[in-house]
Parts: sequence; structure tokens; C-alpha cells
Amino acid sequence: MNDFVEIVIRSVCVLAAFLVLPLLVGQTEHKVMGHMQGRLGPMEAGGFHGWAQLIADGVKFAQKEDIVPLAADKRVFRIAPALGIVAYLLALAVIPFGPHFYGANVPGSLVWLLAIGGIGTLGTLMAGWSSGNKYSLLGGMRTAAQLVSYELPLILVCASFAIAAGSLSLVGIAHAWNPWWLIWQLPGALVFLVAATAELQRPPFDMPVADSELVMGPFTEYTGLRFALFLLAEYAGIVVMSFLLAALWLGAWAGPLPDSLGWLWMLIKGGIFAFVIIWIRVAWPRLREDQLQRVAWLGLVPIALLQLAITAVGVVVTSR
Amino acid sequence: MTTYDVLFTIAGTISVAAALLAVSTKHLVHSALWLIVSLASLSGCYLVLGAEFVALVQLLVYVGAIVVLVLFALMLTRAPIGRSAEHDTSRVQRAAALVVGAATAALLASVLISAFGNDKKRVNGGGTHLLAARLFGSWVWPFEVLSALLLVALVAALALARLPIGPRGDADGVPR
Repeated sequence: MNDFVEIVIRSVCVLAAFLVLPLLVGQTEHKVMGHMQGRLGPMEAGGFHGWAQLIADGVKFAQKEDIVPLAADKRVFRIAPALGIVAYLLALAVIPFGPHFYGANVPGSLVWLLAIGGIGTLGTLMAGWSSGNKYSLLGGMRTAAQLVSYELPLILVCASFAIAAGSLSLVGIAHAWNPWWLIWQLPGALVFLVAATAELQRPPFDMPVADSELVMGPFTEYTGLRFALFLLAEYAGIVVMSFLLAALWLGAWAGPLPDSLGWLWMLIKGGIFAFVIIWIRVAWPRLREDQLQRVAWLGLVPIALLQLAITAVGVVVTSR
Repeated sequence: MTTYDVLFTIAGTISVAAALLAVSTKHLVHSALWLIVSLASLSGCYLVLGAEFVALVQLLVYVGAIVVLVLFALMLTRAPIGRSAEHDTSRVQRAAALVVGAATAALLASVLISAFGNDKKRVNGGGTHLLAARLFGSWVWPFEVLSALLLVALVAALALARLPIGPRGDADGVPR
């Protein structure tokens, strides 16, 4: 009975974090982009700096008509938005905020996270195909091409962190962390950041959704709440990837204050990476499709392999 | 009947049903999507047996990479929405496939039943550490040979894609 109560409490906490953190990231993105681009954006809703604009957007999305195109494959079209959301919810559950502060402690939680993240992007593919729209199909194809190429460096650098820690569990990796990792795993962390941004199809890697040429690609035909679910999945993806990088490279809850405040460190570290991902969007123009593939295969994969070699040498030398 | 038995039966049934739908559906892309369901529930079977690493790699490789590649190839060539009859096989071929499938299933079933019968076996050995020890201990040579085979396939694919085959004029589509 006690176990059951614990499971329920942990699940409710994960759900609450899942409902709050992506919205926070969304609001931060509005404000940060507004300031970086020297424009105000919506300032009226709610009073102080338009903090309630996101709520107003949500209400607007909920009121819109839910349209399914005549030429669409209706069942797949309806299921597609749910896949991404559910996948990131399951991914968030295994991210540790403290030695005992997590949704679930799975022995292979790193592999779990990567596998589930891959499933989430299948939703975008399904959306692109089932819309019965040429723009959407093009977007879906670009998504698939991008996914196949950026999944590889992402998994390689995650393997590097796992080898360095000697564990596949995120809690185990955070326990094995020490400050040397900041230098030792630096190339891997940079590759992770770039590959994660590409995996989330955020600018400058947003060729699949490029709104000015593909009209949002796979999401062209979506309206109302289903479109909002895709947006929410993108923000949830930022949350998951930022906290994953914080757990892998910055040692999750490690910090100077007593251990009971570990979750605060984790929030700060994850928040910094989320901010950087937003910053990247403002700083770089969109890459063309062939440049995008070039970055993955000629830039990220060799660096990731080099990082794997460095990690392997380090592990062998230090374990003597 | 333990909880594990029930879960295993459920995952197995879903896997088999989705596999049957994958080969019998008239919608081309649906067949790839049913393949996802089938492969994912198969990883559920591994999970129930305690091999969590194998289950997760099954998800990562088969669902996350191979089916994505299949979907990409479908979208690149032809991915009609709705029923399509142009890729249907002939009745003879279907009957032959049914016979071969049934024969393989019967062979596997008879081998398994004659080897284990109704004995109860404890399943242990799916853990990540034990798997790694086996893979890089007793099975290290087959493992390395397999990776060499994959490398050869990769180089061959690159050669097929990049090198012009035949006279140069033909490769460009311009007759001499």
C-alpha cells in the first residue's frame, strides 16, 4: 500500500512539472526573444509585462474549430499530436532532480530517454504524411532525414557520458560526476547541445517546419488544440533536453549548498541550457537542407567519435 | 498465472495481432505504422522477461531508426493515402508466404516444446552487466565479425550511391 501511495505521489509530481515547466519555457522564450530583438511583443494581458499572454493564447487555441482535411488519413491525423506529448511526459519521469528526487529510477534510464525521444518524433512524421498536403509531406521527409542524421551523434555522446560514469542510469551518472567532466566531456556537451536543438527542430535547424517556405511543414493542416499540442511538445522537448544535459554534464544536483537544495541547482542548470537553446534561435539564421546534413555528418559525428575515444582513454588511464 | 505471465501474454498478443495487420492492411503507410506497434510490444515482452537493456535497444534501433527509415523511403517514393492495390502480390505468392510462415512457426514451436515441454525455467541473464559480459566475453568474435560485415555493407552502399556505373554518358543520362 505504501509503495502504491509513493508511485501515485511521484506520478502526480511528474505531471505537475510537465504542465508547468514547458509553459515557463514558452513564456521565457516570448520575453527573451522580444528583448533580444529590441521589440516589446504583447504587453497588455495580465498587467505586468503581459505575463498572462500565454494563458490568453491557450484560451484562443481551445476555442478554435478542430478541422480534419478531407484528403487526410483521419485516424493517423488525430493520433499524431498525442505521440509527442506522451513521449516527453514519459521522458521527464526519469530525470533526477536529487539523489532520491525523481519520478522513476530505471536502471537504463539514459537509454530509456533516448528511445522514448525517438518515438516522440514519429508523431511529427505521422502528421506530415497523414495531412494529405504537399507542404506537410515535404516537411515530414525533411523531419525524417534530419532525425536519422542527428540521432547518431546524440547517441554517441550519450554513450560517452555513460562510459565515463560506468552506468546507464541518470542517477548513477550524476553520482559518478566530478568537476573534471567540465573539461573532459566539453566536446561531447557541445555536440549534445547542437544535436538536441536539431532533434527538436528548433531554429537554425528548423528546415522541416520552416514557416516562410513550408508553412510550418508537418503542422500546416493542424488547428486549435491539436496544433497547440505540437507547440507544447516542442517546449516539453526543450525542457527534457536541457535537464538531460544538466544531468549528464553538470552533475545534476551537485552544488555548494547542502544536499537538500540539490533540486534548486538542477533547476538553475536546466534553466541555463533552456535559455541557451532559446538564444541560439535568435542568434543564427536557418540552415539550408544540405548544410544541415553537412553539419551532422562532417561536423558532429567526427567530434562525437573523437569524444568517445578521449573518454575511453580517460577511463582506462584513471581506472589503473 | 503470475502477473508476469499475464503481461507477457498481453504484449505477445498485441505484437502478433499488429504484425498480422502490418502484412494484411491495404494502406501502404499503415503497414509501417502497425510495424511500430508490433516492434514496440515485442520490446514489452523483453521487458517482462527482465531484459530491460535489450527492450530499450529494440525501441531505440527498430522503432526510432529503422521504421523512421522505412517511412522516409515511403514518403520519398510513393505514400498514397487510402487503399492502394498496385503493390498487392499474387494469390500464389500469398499462399506460398502463408505456407512458409506456418511451417517456420510450427518448426520453432515443436523445437521449443520438445526441448522444454512444460518445465518451469527461471529466466535470469537479461541484465545489462551479464549481457555485456557475454557479448564481449564468449561472443566477442561473432560480434566483431558482424561489425566488419556492417562496415562492408556501408562502404558498398556508398560506392553504389556515389560511383558512376558504366560509361559516363549513360550515368548522366546523355546519350553519346
